[in-house]
Amino acid sequence: MLKKKPKIIAFCCHYCAFTAADLAGTMRLQYPANVNIVRLPCTGKVNANMLLQAFVDEADGVMVAGCEPGSCHFLEGNVRAVKRVSFAREKLSEAGINPERLEMFHIPASEGPLFAKSAKEFTEKISQLEKKGDGEADEPDSDETGVETGETDSREIGAEKGEPD
Amino acid sequence: MIVSEQKPFGQIFDFVRDYNNILVLGCGTCMTVCMAGGENEVGVLSRQLKLAARHNNLNMNIDELTITRQCDREFFDENATEKINRSDVVLSLGCGVGVQYIVELFPEVIVRPGVNTRFYGANISQGLWLERCAGCGECVLDQYEGICPIARCAKSLMNGPCGGSADGMCEVDTENTECAGQLIYERFKNLNKLDELLEIKPPKNWSAGRDGGPGRIAREDMMFDE
Ligand code: SF4
Ligand code: SF4
Repeated sequence: MLKKKPKIIAFCCHYCAFTAADLAGTMRLQYPANVNIVRLPCTGKVNANMLLQAFVDEADGVMVAGCEPGSCHFLEGNVRAVKRVSFAREKLSEAGINPERLEMFHIPASEGPLFAKSAKEFTEKISQLEKKGDGEADEPDSDETGVETGETDSREIGAEKGEPD
Repeated sequence: MIVSEQKPFGQIFDFVRDYNNILVLGCGTCMTVCMAGGENEVGVLSRQLKLAARHNNLNMNIDELTITRQCDREFFDENATEKINRSDVVLSLGCGVGVQYIVELFPEVIVRPGVNTRFYGANISQGLWLERCAGCGECVLDQYEGICPIARCAKSLMNGPCGGSADGMCEVDTENTECAGQLIYERFKNLNKLDELLEIKPPKNWSAGRDGGPGRIAREDMMFDE
């Protein structure tokens, strides 16, 4: 059962990916309207708390988009973001959420087309996961996703397809 | 400080999955500094629990709070008391002391440990904590020029090193753990007092440590009169 378009949150660095998203708009490139951008001063601002909160608030997928390695405005913010995203992916997986729903991207400011392409491809990937019923249950009484109440033991909680990288 | 690490999420989830009102209670002192149970870890764990509850179709209300210390009565203020009394289970991210102290203060409440309390250690570098003291109750650092053979030698050898010492490393973990006996030797050598190491140290008095039963320190001078 495919629900509405997936809800995607994109945490974008002001100096690169956000500018690229802006450029994509200026260039009139289409990217899915369900991608909601949150501008950050640097992707070094992200932490597991805020990434998981996006999922608690019903995001279906979360992108973190920062500068290319070596070109962070604050030197190492994007490198730290990579680590935090991979930590948050582990945490998601432990909680039974497919970690593929969270992904890190590197998009330079001049790359409007790359932003549009990444947003499109990520939305597509999440739509596929939704179609497969892969991920958290959408309805409390849904019987096609999730595991039945009271019958899962700890070893099954993280038993999702897809491993953190 | 006391150093801990978070228990595996599956175990934590099993502790709380049968309850409806869960309070994740962090500790603002040791557990914050060792990044196992401070405000940030409380936040991440609470969110994980919310997601896992949704994934498993469970009705769980998850509240979060971090108090300055869980081993001091004064930090259980009105707000903390109300939250604790309102919950069916408190998932404590304090060390083992914190867990037990909550039980003592709130006998009606079920408390579960969210961390494994590991050792007394130092934060050597970002993300790395190493054991430095075992709380033996009768400190002998004076005899070893500040390097503890009890906590830092796998065998707590007072007259080390043993035959397992190789290239300065301990046979228990040749990659990561330095041999305390070797460290002590180097230290004495640098201080030009190697001859002092020739003296055999007598067996340690353990009655001040675990062998003497649960520790107790009573200071009449600090107590309030009845
Ligand atoms: S409860 Fe444990 S971890 Fe927290 S301050 Fe006290 S001793 Fe340290
Ligand atoms: S001798 Fe005892 S008290 Fe002193 S550092 Fe070693 S374990 Fe701790």
